[in-house]
Amino acid sequence: MSDVAIRAKLQAEPFDAAAEQAALIGTRTDLGAIVSFTGLVRADDGLIALTLEHYPAMTLPQMQAIADQAATRWPGVHGTIIHRHGRLRPGAAIVLVLTASPHRADAFAAAEFLMDWLKTKAPFWKREERADGNARWVEAKAVDELAATRWTEIGTP
Amino acid sequence: MHVPRQPAAHVMHVPRQPAAHVMQLVYFAWVREAVGVDSEQITPPATITTVAALLDWLASQSPGHAAALADRSRIHVAVDQQFAKPETPITGAKEIAIFPPVTGG
Repeated sequence: MSDVAIRAKLQAEPFDAAAEQAALIGTRTDLGAIVSFTGLVRADDGLIALTLEHYPAMTLPQMQAIADQAATRWPGVHGTIIHRHGRLRPGAAIVLVLTASPHRADAFAAAEFLMDWLKTKAPFWKREERADGNARWVEAKAVDELAATRWTEIGTP
Repeated sequence: MHVPRQPAAHVMHVPRQPAAHVMQLVYFAWVREAVGVDSEQITPPATITTVAALLDWLASQSPGHAAALADRSRIHVAVDQQFAKPETPITGAKEIAIFPPVTGG
């Protein structure tokens, strides 16, 4: 194992959240809390598929930079973030954020930070396909940008 | 996913100034669809030194480029895989990505 506190992965394949959590814990006995967040494809308004396009040369390095930023802000936190790409059906998992720490407050905060920044600072684009044959690119939401901004305003390292 | 295709002939620019250099442009999401190619090589004039100037120049190259870049508030740019601002220098850059606001997560 390397000494990366929070590890980023990018993949087309599904992930096994339970197996990832077990791997994160390993044989450690210093952890008191694990937060696990999974984002799913939601079948809004007749949606039949969601395709995640990304920027191959940039995506994983940027995801790891976001993970490293979280590890710097919450030094006791270990974790795993996984983001999928490609065409996904409703109910499929898109993203996994696992954070573990001795106490729950840091694990919760780091997980929220990671999701806020993954949504606004990682180069992915969602395209929705609907049953009526229409397809459209998802628009960025101001509420997501606002959620990400609160972390920069705190002024932690 | 980025299969290099022949760029439109009118985008090609024969360099006349020694400082001009070749850059790879890559496009994503609806910007890619509006321009009509995944990527292309360009040689902007040497006087084009910032992201904002590059976008202005690029928008003048074809109707597709103009349409893709019409609303600059919806255009984001990365220079050599780093998010950039309008004033970010592009001198010496190898790859410039142009895309809509990101929507992952």
